[in-house]
Amino acid sequence: MVEQTVRPATRPVPPVTPAPAAPRRRGPGAAPWLFLAPYLVLFTTFTLVPAVYGLWISLHEWDYLLPGKPFVGVDNYGALLDSGSAVYESFWQSMQATGIFTVFTVPLLVALPLGVALILNRAFPGRTFFRAVYFAPYVLSVAVVGLLWRFVLDPNLGVVNAGLGAIGLPGDTPWTTGLPWAWISLVGVTVWWTLGFNAVIYLAGLQDIPRELYEAASIDGGGKWAAFRHVTLPGLRPVLLFIVINTVLASANMFGQAYLITQGAPGQETRTAIMYIAEEGLRNYRMGSAAAMSYVLTLALLIISLIVFRLFREKDPS
Amino acid sequence: MNPSLTRRGLLGLGLGSGSAVLLGACGGDGPNPVVGGGGQNAQPAATTYTGPDVTLAFWNGFTGGDGPIMKSLVDKFNQANQNIKVSMNVYEWADYYQKVPAAVSTGNGPDLGIMHVDQLATNAARGVVLPLDDVAQSLQLDEAAFSPPVWRAGVYNQKRFGIPLDVHSLGMFYNKKVLEQAGLDPDKPPTNNDEYMSALETLKGKGIQGHWATPFPFTGSHQFMSLVWQFGGQIFDEQGTKATFAEQPGQQAMTWLVDLIQKGYSPRNVAQDADLLALQNGKAAFNWNGIWTINTLRQAEGLEWGVAPLPQIGTQPAVWASSHNFVQFKQRSQDQNKLTAGKVFINYISQQSLEWAKGGQVPARRDIRESQGFKDLIEQASIGTQIDNVHFLPSVPGIGDVMAALDTAVNEAILLRKPPAQALADGANKANQLLEQNAKKYGG
Repeated sequence: MVEQTVRPATRPVPPVTPAPAAPRRRGPGAAPWLFLAPYLVLFTTFTLVPAVYGLWISLHEWDYLLPGKPFVGVDNYGALLDSGSAVYESFWQSMQATGIFTVFTVPLLVALPLGVALILNRAFPGRTFFRAVYFAPYVLSVAVVGLLWRFVLDPNLGVVNAGLGAIGLPGDTPWTTGLPWAWISLVGVTVWWTLGFNAVIYLAGLQDIPRELYEAASIDGGGKWAAFRHVTLPGLRPVLLFIVINTVLASANMFGQAYLITQGAPGQETRTAIMYIAEEGLRNYRMGSAAAMSYVLTLALLIISLIVFRLFREKDPS
Repeated sequence: MNPSLTRRGLLGLGLGSGSAVLLGACGGDGPNPVVGGGGQNAQPAATTYTGPDVTLAFWNGFTGGDGPIMKSLVDKFNQANQNIKVSMNVYEWADYYQKVPAAVSTGNGPDLGIMHVDQLATNAARGVVLPLDDVAQSLQLDEAAFSPPVWRAGVYNQKRFGIPLDVHSLGMFYNKKVLEQAGLDPDKPPTNNDEYMSALETLKGKGIQGHWATPFPFTGSHQFMSLVWQFGGQIFDEQGTKATFAEQPGQQAMTWLVDLIQKGYSPRNVAQDADLLALQNGKAAFNWNGIWTINTLRQAEGLEWGVAPLPQIGTQPAVWASSHNFVQFKQRSQDQNKLTAGKVFINYISQQSLEWAKGGQVPARRDIRESQGFKDLIEQASIGTQIDNVHFLPSVPGIGDVMAALDTAVNEAILLRKPPAQALADGANKANQLLEQNAKKYGG
């Protein structure tokens, strides 16, 4: 994607020569560039320039208020690989936290919404109501979701443990302060919160699959499963790719839920990479170090995205 | 470093805008000597302002019940001073500490603000706030007018950067009904370790876990630090170059907290704020919490509660505290009138700090603390009796970053993930790394 967007910027605009020999215009002229210009300006100002500037920052010991911002070369990156440095353990623990969260949320957020969308795509009374119900949590802000679940899941005072205790199950599970419970809570809350969004995208994708294909499948003697396998899934491929990539990136950027529900506890087990980077850069004002961490995280996400793209491409029957 | 006579003379001769530049050149204070700072602007007592009309931007983080009180003080000030208009902006503290330096660096900073005492050194080193020695001098404020630990805490690199408004320490909040139910005297809360332990044991006999030990910074870390000081220890050494909280007193303090759980006086896995909620709904008897809790508990209907100084668990009385301090921010170009008007404002609010105390604070000023008006505020006065035993963090830039290591140690020990000594040792190692990093960054 980046490639496509960047390329036009570097290619010189073909000179428009008013040649009388060619009364009709030869190329598209300047029009596409003019249409692209507004976005290009925004993209350059808010994405390209900061990205390059960030790389520059990551090569310094950078506090924007201190007059001296010594150039340290790749020291900030080196510290991330040096087990004796102050950031090594914290950073990789936060990367691990992000990894754990992503590995558990992505499959759930790819599969469950698909099931929900398939059900909601059928005609039954109250369909619109249920569509709204599943989408509803998504409109809540992370602050509301976080605070709500922090109280609901409180190990000693929360309603979840009280309920479990009342029906004879263990009522002292440390949902927000122990492992693996904190992860179960964070993954569960996130799935509940964002499931509706993916379901709506799936729903739109499902409605784009031509009905004739299903008819053809049933004429060919294919059952429900065969129709799902050979019509629905291939028809959803572009949507599926979008959902997988989008969910991976969203999960890898998880911040609010852990910040509000567990505060990174127990210890720093649920402090995600974004939480740590924000702390390092914006609270401790070590912006060079934080920028270096961001680039390592970006690199990891870039590689994962490429792998996902590759997986979806190879599935294409040649 | 006092402003020399010549500088004052110079100021007296020419108060024009040019002199600020001139003075800035001979200032040389802080890493960002573009603006000379208040240190060079001493004038006779700035209790009144007679210059042209000025508007002062005053930012703070009073988002709780204290916000409206400060607002009404500001309104009163505006009415009393027709030529000064103070406009107040409130942000969440966390946002505030990010926003203010950014605003100052772009030249859009406010004129006045409030900062916690442990933020002063960081913001002084980063060139966000101005030295205020002359304000203290012209307002004739000194150690005797406050309390030595409170007054000294605002100094960094031999310069004063904050004028204390209040002191907020921990206190021991207790649920009177719960104590009564357990057969304890609700008017005589425990004052030492023996009394405290026997009260907890009695409560346990009635099925009540008396003191919920929280693993979170608010206020688990504050309780731990109070206990370290009580056992005669320190969190950091004098110069703030080495973490000492893992030493013997630290281990005693942490063991005491963890034992609350081991002995059944506290449940395991106490979540954020659950300790205070437990006090409110009668599941706990005691909660060592900040003075700001007064406002929370006042709103709890039907709750009978009291507050006392922390019991003396260790060998000496001691309690964690912080303090709100007035600060003046650096500006691109220094406006002498605004600086003077700012002093008038600081002086005014400081003298009105009895009103401020009503919102759940202990005034920093001794005269107000010792007035009958303050003594009538029973809860605040009770917490205020600890004033001479309050402890602050050392005045070292970046000390806030380092506290994260202590918070993690408290979290891991109280969640029983690591034995106290090991959690503390790991935390201290991490803290030492961060201290070293900061010393390098801020130039020692």
